[in-house]
Amino acid sequence: MAVNQAQLDSAELAATLAANPQLQRTPQTFWGMAIQSLRRDKLTLISLGFLALMAVLALTAPLLEGAIGIGPNDTNPQNAFAPPYLGPYLQWITGSDPITAPTMLGKSDGIPHWMGTDQLGRDQLVRLLYGGRVSLGIAFIAAAITLLVGVSVGTIAGFSGGLVDDVIIWFINTVVSIPGIYLLIIVTAIFKPNPLTLTLYLGFLGWFGTARLIRGNVFKVRELDFVLAARSIGADKIRIMAQHVIPNSLPIIIVNAAIDIGVLILVESALSFLGLGVQPPTATWGSMLNRANNFLFLRDPTTGSYVALHLLVAPGLLITLTVLALYLIGDGLRDALDPMMKNAR
Amino acid sequence: MFRYVLRRLLQAIPTLIGVSIISFFLVNSAPGDPILIRTFDPSITEETREIMRRQLGLDQSLPVQYISWFTGFTVRAGDTVEEFQSETVSCDFVALLNTTFCDTGGGIVRGNLGTSISTNQPVWARLVERMPATFELGVAALLVSLFLGVPLGVLSAVYQGSVFDNVTRFMAVVFNALPAFWFGLMLIFLFGVVLGWLPTGGRQTVSLTNEFDLMDRVRHLILPTLILAFGGIAGISRFMRTETLEVIRTDYIRTAKAKGLAARAVWFVHALRNALIPLMTILGPSIAGVLTGAVITETIFSWPGMGRLTFSAAVQRDYPMVLGAVMFFSVLTIFGNLLSDILYGVVDPRVRLS
Repeated sequence: MAVNQAQLDSAELAATLAANPQLQRTPQTFWGMAIQSLRRDKLTLISLGFLALMAVLALTAPLLEGAIGIGPNDTNPQNAFAPPYLGPYLQWITGSDPITAPTMLGKSDGIPHWMGTDQLGRDQLVRLLYGGRVSLGIAFIAAAITLLVGVSVGTIAGFSGGLVDDVIIWFINTVVSIPGIYLLIIVTAIFKPNPLTLTLYLGFLGWFGTARLIRGNVFKVRELDFVLAARSIGADKIRIMAQHVIPNSLPIIIVNAAIDIGVLILVESALSFLGLGVQPPTATWGSMLNRANNFLFLRDPTTGSYVALHLLVAPGLLITLTVLALYLIGDGLRDALDPMMKNAR
Repeated sequence: MFRYVLRRLLQAIPTLIGVSIISFFLVNSAPGDPILIRTFDPSITEETREIMRRQLGLDQSLPVQYISWFTGFTVRAGDTVEEFQSETVSCDFVALLNTTFCDTGGGIVRGNLGTSISTNQPVWARLVERMPATFELGVAALLVSLFLGVPLGVLSAVYQGSVFDNVTRFMAVVFNALPAFWFGLMLIFLFGVVLGWLPTGGRQTVSLTNEFDLMDRVRHLILPTLILAFGGIAGISRFMRTETLEVIRTDYIRTAKAKGLAARAVWFVHALRNALIPLMTILGPSIAGVLTGAVITETIFSWPGMGRLTFSAAVQRDYPMVLGAVMFFSVLTIFGNLLSDILYGVVDPRVRLS
C-alpha cells in the first residue's frame, strides 16, 4: 500500500501498524539470516547433532566407567581379543543362542564387554569413550590456540603493513616450507609429549595457515569505508582491529575453526598411530590402532574368524565420522555465512 | 620472463636460510648429551669425552655450531691449527683476530648434508639409496590423482546438480575425512589378508635373486599408490569442479556457444584450457607433497622410501640424518612452489606481466 509523507508523520502510522501486524517485521541482521539458512540445512544440522553427541559421550566417559565398573587401563590378559558382547547378548535375549553370551560373561568375570576387548583384555567401549575425550580435547584446545595466535598475528600483520608485515610473512613462509609432518615428527620424537604438551605443540605449530588467511582478509577489510570512518573520528589502531576488523573476519574464522578441529583430530591420531603422539597405554583413537598392523593376521584357530576386526574398525570409523561431521559443519557454515550466495553450491 | 624467474629464485634464498636456522636450532635443542649417549663404556673417562666434544665442535655455542654446519668453516679462538689440521681439514690462524679458521670442505652451502650417526654414511648417500622408491610411489600417486581427479571434477561441474555430481562431492568430503593410515589398514586387511589378491607390504616379493619382475612390482605398488592418492583425488576433483564452474559462467564461453561453435571446440579449445590453468598453482606443492609426505604410507606398507628413513632416524635420535633430510625436503618444497609459480607464469601471461 502506498505510504505518503503525511501518513508517515501522523499518529495514524501507529494505528496502521497495529492493524496490520504483517508490517511489523523485526529487522534482519547478518547473523539472523545466517541462523535462518542454517536451520534449513539438514545435513549441517545432522552433523552438529552428531558432534554434540560425541562431545556428550566424551564428557560422560567417567560415568560409564562407574556404571560398568572397569576403567580404560584395567587389563585382563586371560580375556584378550574377546569379541563384542552386543551380538551374542541380543541373541541370548531373543532366545536364538542361549549359550555364547553367558560363556563370555563367565570368561570376563561377569563384566559384559559390549565392544569386545583388545590384546591386553581392556574393555574397548570404555577405551573408545576415553579416547574420544583425549582426541577431541586435544583437537579443540589446540584449535583454540591456533585460532588465538593465528588471528592475532594475521590481524597485526595485515593491519600494520610495511616492515612488520614483511617480517611476519617471511617467517610464516619459511616455517611453512618445512613439510609439516617432519616438523611434528622432529618435535614429538625429540621432546616426548604427554597429552598437554602435545596440545601445545599442535597449537603452536599449526597457526601459520590461519594467520595467512586472516591477513588476506584483513587486507580486504581495512580498505572498507567504515574503517576509514573510524580512523577519521580518531580511533586508534587497536580499537579498530578489535572492534571492526576482527568482527568482520568472523565468518572466515568460524569456518576455518571447524575445519581446523577436523584436521587436528586427523593429525593427532596419525601421530599417535606412529607412536609419537600420545603414548600408550593412554587411549586415543589413534593410539588404539598403534600396533594394529600386527593384529591384521590374527585368526581364531577354532572358528577361523578374524579376531581383531572389532579392534580395527571402531576407532577409525569414529575418527572418520567425527571429522566428516566437522567438515560438513564447516561447509554448511560457509554457505550460511556467505551473504553473496553464489549458485555454485 | 627471465626477470620473473630470477626474482622468485632470489626470494627463495632468505627462505632457505630461515629453514636451515629453524631446523638446526630445533633439532639441536634436544635434551640429552649426544656424546654421553654414544659412550656408555665406563672405561671412557670424562677427559676423553671432552676431547670428543671438542673434536666435533660440540663445546661451542649453538650459533657458532650453526655457522660450522652451514658454511663448513669452523671458527675457534686462539691458535688451534695443530689440534684440528688433518688431511681433510685445512686450518689458518689469523693472528690479528686471534682466531683459527678451519675449512672442513663440507657444509650445507657446498651441498654436504652431514654424516649419519647410525651408519656413518653420508646423509646424502642414504637419501639417494631410498630416492627411487619414494619417487616411484610419488609419481604413481600424482598421476593417479590427476588422471582420476581432473575428469571427475570437470564432469561434476558439467553435470552440476546431478546424482553423479552430488555423489562425487560427498565422496570427496568423505575421502578428506578418512584417516589415511586407517584406510590403508582396512585395504590391507580386505585385499591382502581376507581376499589375498594383493601383497600386504614391501616393494617386491622377497627372494634370493631380487630380479626385476614388472607384474610383481606393479602388484606391490597398487595399494600404497591408492592410499597416497585418494586424498589428492578428493582435493583435485573439488578444485577442478570450482574452476570449471567459474569458467563455464564466463562471457567468452557464452560468446563461443553463441557463435555456434561445436561443443567439442568450446570445450577443448576454450573451457578446459582456461580451467586447467589454476591447476598449475597446486601442481608444484602437490609434487613436493607426495615426495615428502609419504611417511605414513611408507610406514604402513613397509615401503623402503625416504619418509620412513627420516622417521626412523628421528626415533633413533640420528640428528644429522634428520637435519639433512629435512633440509633436502624443504629445498624440494621450495622448488616445488617455485616450479608452480613459473609454470603459472608461463601458462598465464597476465601473471608474469603484473
